[in-house]
Amino acid sequence: MIAEFGLAALWLAAALAGLQLLGGFAGLRPGGERLAALVRPAAVLQALLCALAFVALLWLFARTDLSVALVAKNSHSMKPLIFKLSGAWGNHEGSMLLWVSVMALAGGLIALIERRLPERTMLATLGAQAFVGLGFYAFLLVSSNPFERLPQPPAEGLGLNPLLQDIGLAMHPPTLYFGYVGLSVAFSFAVGALLTRQVTPEFAKVMRPWILGAWIFLTLGITAGSYWAYYELGWGGWWFWDPVENASLMPWLAATALLHSASVLAARDALRTWTILLGVVAFSMSMVGTFLVRSGILTSVHAFAVDPERGAFILALLAIYIGGALVLFTLRAGTIAEGERFAMLSREGALVVNNVALSAILGIVLLGTLYPLLTEAFDVRVSVGPPYFNPVGAIFFLPMLVVLAIGPLLRWRRDSFERVQKPVVAIAVVALAVLAGVHFIAGVALLPLLGMALAAAVAVGSVMPLAGRSLRRLPLAVWGMVIAHFGVAVALFGMAADTAFQQERLVAARIGETITDGPWTITLAAVEPVAGPNWTALEARLEASYKGGEVQLARPQARSFWTPPQETSEVALLTRWNGQLYAALGGEAEGERWQLRLWWKPFVTWIWYGGILIGLGGLLALIGRVASDLRRRSARAQIAVRRGEVAA
Amino acid sequence: MSWLRWALLAAVFAGLGLFAWQLSREKDEFVHSTMIGKPIPPFDLPAAVADRPGLSSRDLADGRPKLLNVFASWCVPCAAEAPNLARLEASGAEIVAVAIRDRPEDVAAFLERYGNPFTRIGKDDISAVQLSIGSSGVPETFVIDGKGVIRHQHIGDIRDGDVPVLLEKLREAGA
Repeated sequence: MIAEFGLAALWLAAALAGLQLLGGFAGLRPGGERLAALVRPAAVLQALLCALAFVALLWLFARTDLSVALVAKNSHSMKPLIFKLSGAWGNHEGSMLLWVSVMALAGGLIALIERRLPERTMLATLGAQAFVGLGFYAFLLVSSNPFERLPQPPAEGLGLNPLLQDIGLAMHPPTLYFGYVGLSVAFSFAVGALLTRQVTPEFAKVMRPWILGAWIFLTLGITAGSYWAYYELGWGGWWFWDPVENASLMPWLAATALLHSASVLAARDALRTWTILLGVVAFSMSMVGTFLVRSGILTSVHAFAVDPERGAFILALLAIYIGGALVLFTLRAGTIAEGERFAMLSREGALVVNNVALSAILGIVLLGTLYPLLTEAFDVRVSVGPPYFNPVGAIFFLPMLVVLAIGPLLRWRRDSFERVQKPVVAIAVVALAVLAGVHFIAGVALLPLLGMALAAAVAVGSVMPLAGRSLRRLPLAVWGMVIAHFGVAVALFGMAADTAFQQERLVAARIGETITDGPWTITLAAVEPVAGPNWTALEARLEASYKGGEVQLARPQARSFWTPPQETSEVALLTRWNGQLYAALGGEAEGERWQLRLWWKPFVTWIWYGGILIGLGGLLALIGRVASDLRRRSARAQIAVRRGEVAA
Repeated sequence: MSWLRWALLAAVFAGLGLFAWQLSREKDEFVHSTMIGKPIPPFDLPAAVADRPGLSSRDLADGRPKLLNVFASWCVPCAAEAPNLARLEASGAEIVAVAIRDRPEDVAAFLERYGNPFTRIGKDDISAVQLSIGSSGVPETFVIDGKGVIRHQHIGDIRDGDVPVLLEKLREAGA
């Protein structure tokens, strides 16, 4: 019964989305008020029904109801409960239901509390949201029904793949979906504003928490994904420009640009059409990313999620949403009144540079990712990698960092060079000192050298907005900006230092042999067989000492799984504040030697600390914005109450 | 600026069209050599086993078309294609080989077990020749004409149905 109940809830929710769409667009015309009055209730009810459907699916997985095809395929009665539950979204159908549910909840929340925008814009926004939602409902109900029953339930489920029983892997898809859904809300707001031509600072303020929320999830998702690739793949790298990595980076770049342009719109009523366009582009990039990953038209490590038919469905949705929104944009953009003007040397000017640079990097990554598809049309097979992305991206990334260091010090509208001369000179001196110091002491390649100098500049510049202000009374949003920008400096320093100073040793070592790698001396004490629940492994015991200090043990493994047969490398990491020793065990070499790959990676962990700081900064800004909105709301309510008393 | 917006729109639809077209196409996962139709780069490999001479690019330009088999003793599909290499040899094809990253005793044991259809076997310990002719794995089989020009590349093991195809390509190369 639970499965049928879930399916019924889903169909009803889809019908309500249809009603919401009709009502939203009826509200744009005179005489449509009666239908329009149904929009907010429909959105709230739709959210409840969708949540019910998702809870029903969770319930089925928790009980391991094997008469449901999805459960039989993806679960097993012996799994720990947490992995039974995460199994609910660890597959195509369930993850689509999760997406739809989160989206419906977001829509319900907006319908329930958001009253700051003109009602027509709100109706159009909720209508657009229902339109996006309907596509996903169709996808679910027509071609990927999560509640489908099996005529003959099997005795046991198929899903006991321990490789997938990983808490990180369980949280990975929801993190991305929260990000994508946040961007879909921003998209709906952009479409709503286009339909009513109401692009105002208030619109940006309403949209901003959703962008921030999406951006935080995407930031943390990318940071976690990068660390996963680093320790799981055993190649010692933290970014490979793989199509799937690019698919997550592109929405992040667009969301970062959107976040900053929405700030300009909110504070200064400028960049109106540009913000709208970015709102459309950011969601487009998440759809393009989903399409590239799921359709399998690009070869990548995520090939397990591939299905060309689903690819066709996503492509159709992509064409309808993005094509439709862009046609609307092309027709309407000319009729949206121009916003406020500003001087080039101003906070707005700096944010425009940020936006242009981020958009350019987005274009570069998009082109590099799709280029193999384009050349295949002419029967030329190419693969695009770091030799393209790194230098070409740096052309825009490095100037953007210069502006990032200085921009937050500038005033809105117009500033003078005399006023910011002192801090700018201070930042430049720090950057040049680091540049010269690193160059003469170490002799480093150009890109990492510039990276380290700019990291220092950004670190100094990012904390300068705190100077001369009362730290206790500083708004949380400013703290958020400072911490996020400082995080950029930290991550950048980690990337540059690792690239410049990492020391790799590839050796075939005998038992008892001692190897030096940078400041480390490492002794191969033993290689022993060990066994796990469904694997056997060779485990090396490495005794490592940093600059002759205390001996630490590292135990890298070369693992062989037998269901399915697969070889993996379990690297061993020794973490210090200033870097990591990364050890991977290869196979046996001739003459009782063992292949060892050792890397000393100075400051590599700072990359992920920086990523976490960036996300934390976003979170502070989000809390600050929402809290001040709530304060303003209750203040307004009090005024209304007082007025009421006076009138009485 | 409105032309810019239309250009953007056109670019987006062109991109969507590209996606749709790629999606509808059969996916070819093989990386084909870009050396097909070009003369084989000069090389001179020592012998991989005692009873067969080594292989040089001059041997491949002696006027007679040949099959060049890229193999290794540690490669399972190479063992699987051995009967079909024997059939090709029996049909009159001259087959030479390059052994990739291998040890002489292992190659000898492999040929002992699965048969030796090769007239010459070069020893390519660092895949230098393999890479120079655009081969990305083992086994692969190339058709080389009498002037030493690469005419055809077969990727993967030779299945039963591939034997007549390779013989036909060899005949064309000789014409």
